[in-house]
Amino acid sequence: MEKTKPQESQSGTGLMNWIDARFPATETIEYHASKYYAPKNVNFWYYFGWLSMIVLIMQLLSGLWLTMNYVPSGAGAFASVEYIMRDVEYGWLIRYLHSTGASFFFIVVYAHMYRALAYGSYRGPRELLWLIGMAIFIALMAEGFLGYLLPWGNMSYWGAQVIVSLFGAIPVIGPDLMEWIRGDFLMSETTLNRFFALHVIALPLVLVMLVFVHIVALHHVGSNNPDGIEIKKNKDENGVPLDGIAFHPYITIHDIHATVVFLFIFCAVVFFAPEMGGYFLEKPNFEMADPLKTPDHIAPVWYYTPFYAMLRAATYPFLGLPAKFWGFVVMVGAIVIPAVLPWLDRSPVKSIRYKGRLSKAMLTMFVISFFILGYLGTQAPSKAGTIAAQICTAIYFAYFVLMPWYTRVEQTKPEPERVTG
Amino acid sequence: MSDGDVVRDASQEAGEAASSSRRYFLIQATSAVGAVGAVGAAWPFVMYWTPSAKARALGAPVRVDVSKLAPGEMLSPIVAWRGKPIFIVARDKATIDALKVDTAELADPDSVNPEQQPDFAANAWRSERPEIGVYLGICTHLGCSPKHVVSNNFEDTGQGGFFCPCHGSKFDLAGRVVKGVPAPDNLEVPPYRFESDSVIIIG
Repeated sequence: MEKTKPQESQSGTGLMNWIDARFPATETIEYHASKYYAPKNVNFWYYFGWLSMIVLIMQLLSGLWLTMNYVPSGAGAFASVEYIMRDVEYGWLIRYLHSTGASFFFIVVYAHMYRALAYGSYRGPRELLWLIGMAIFIALMAEGFLGYLLPWGNMSYWGAQVIVSLFGAIPVIGPDLMEWIRGDFLMSETTLNRFFALHVIALPLVLVMLVFVHIVALHHVGSNNPDGIEIKKNKDENGVPLDGIAFHPYITIHDIHATVVFLFIFCAVVFFAPEMGGYFLEKPNFEMADPLKTPDHIAPVWYYTPFYAMLRAATYPFLGLPAKFWGFVVMVGAIVIPAVLPWLDRSPVKSIRYKGRLSKAMLTMFVISFFILGYLGTQAPSKAGTIAAQICTAIYFAYFVLMPWYTRVEQTKPEPERVTG
Repeated sequence: MSDGDVVRDASQEAGEAASSSRRYFLIQATSAVGAVGAVGAAWPFVMYWTPSAKARALGAPVRVDVSKLAPGEMLSPIVAWRGKPIFIVARDKATIDALKVDTAELADPDSVNPEQQPDFAANAWRSERPEIGVYLGICTHLGCSPKHVVSNNFEDTGQGGFFCPCHGSKFDLAGRVVKGVPAPDNLEVPPYRFESDSVIIIG
């Protein structure tokens, strides 16, 4: 390993020296890329963090372009989206990039989060990294929800109505809070305007800042790996982890490869199935918002359906509070409960590779129930569906609530000293 | 070290202790005043989100002609009051009688919750006149607009009612919610009066 000072390594370029004397350019590049050591055993699941950033950039760019022709008014919103789709040069492409990007954002983020669950990436010293990630997830859900109202289709309208009404379930302040969020006595142009402002300015800023601190925290503690062991424990005489590999160029070249494969799939959807059979763009949204008529079957976009199914699973009042309040509690609880994972997991090992049978069974059941809930959330309410959703909700929460118990009692395998394969 | 030095040191320490408690007080006082200022500055930003004067002014009453409404029907197209859908249903004698009897499944058959209707509608039909029902067409669960179901909303009695497609809440023809569905309350009855036998004023 070379052991030269930044100034010397860049001595060939006068400009770089000039900049480095005034701004830590080389230092930053080295700290975050060429001398940031990632574990050499990172696998397929480690692409999704990078891909989330790629999608974020695509969303920022396509979103910025959409605002150039979008009109955030009750009378003009729906028509301006049609105008973008039909009359603006490549408007259809920019809009499909944005709408497909929203769905892919959640695909890569869910995969990224699953990776953290499987390999124990939320465990110390990465608790704060995990919490920042949870904040990104919640901000992303809010961003998606706010953006969904903007086309001002009938599904946009009633979907937003349902989600805003959730806040009405909070005792005492609920109804006033709902009115405050809408700025009106019903969903109206006022609501549309503020959702637009939040969607294009407030939340993108929050997201970008959170992603920034997420990466700062990551590079401070170092990446986890499929073995869930700390590569910083074994270093060579230069302080470089023996199982580490420079992020640039070794990981970046793999990430670029993954980006190309990802874009292949992404573009195939954009060009050939942007509506994805009604899952990415829902049919009732091709009709303008009608405050007097709810679509026959209303469901949120697929990425919210697991939580929506849990909301619907609460059908009985409890402790003198109505079922809808408990539905709200269950839904919010399901979204935020992963935040406490670092303090629930008591296993001596981090990775699922070395955890015992109970952990493996719980994680498998958790993932299956999440998929089933996702499916149920897209379906019209039915008795059988509600019972299935109640069972899956119980499993979803059991994964978290029982974790302190099952991670302690089970037989784990010993972790290796050095990373494997 | 002379005696004088010791005395000076002690007084210095005392002075430092006094200055540190004074500093503590100043930090606390500055923080408190700063917090009040922050809340004051936030107030206009929070109030900016409440309904504007224009939104508040849009609550004018609406006149609705119900002369062509036949028993069993719901007025179509749906009229809006304050931008919200209003369901106006006409009921025949059999339905009116059934509403008094079929109450086993209902969560609040006697309209006990005073917030869901004006006093004049706190009866089995939840309306001023049994043959005409006027309800706010907004589900009390999460605000979807339910569908009018002409018959067989209730399989056992064959009665019609309202069904919310969003989360499966069910209401009878008087807007009363059944037990065990997500909606907690009966449909709201807006303030209204009959101007004549065929014209209702809502609001």
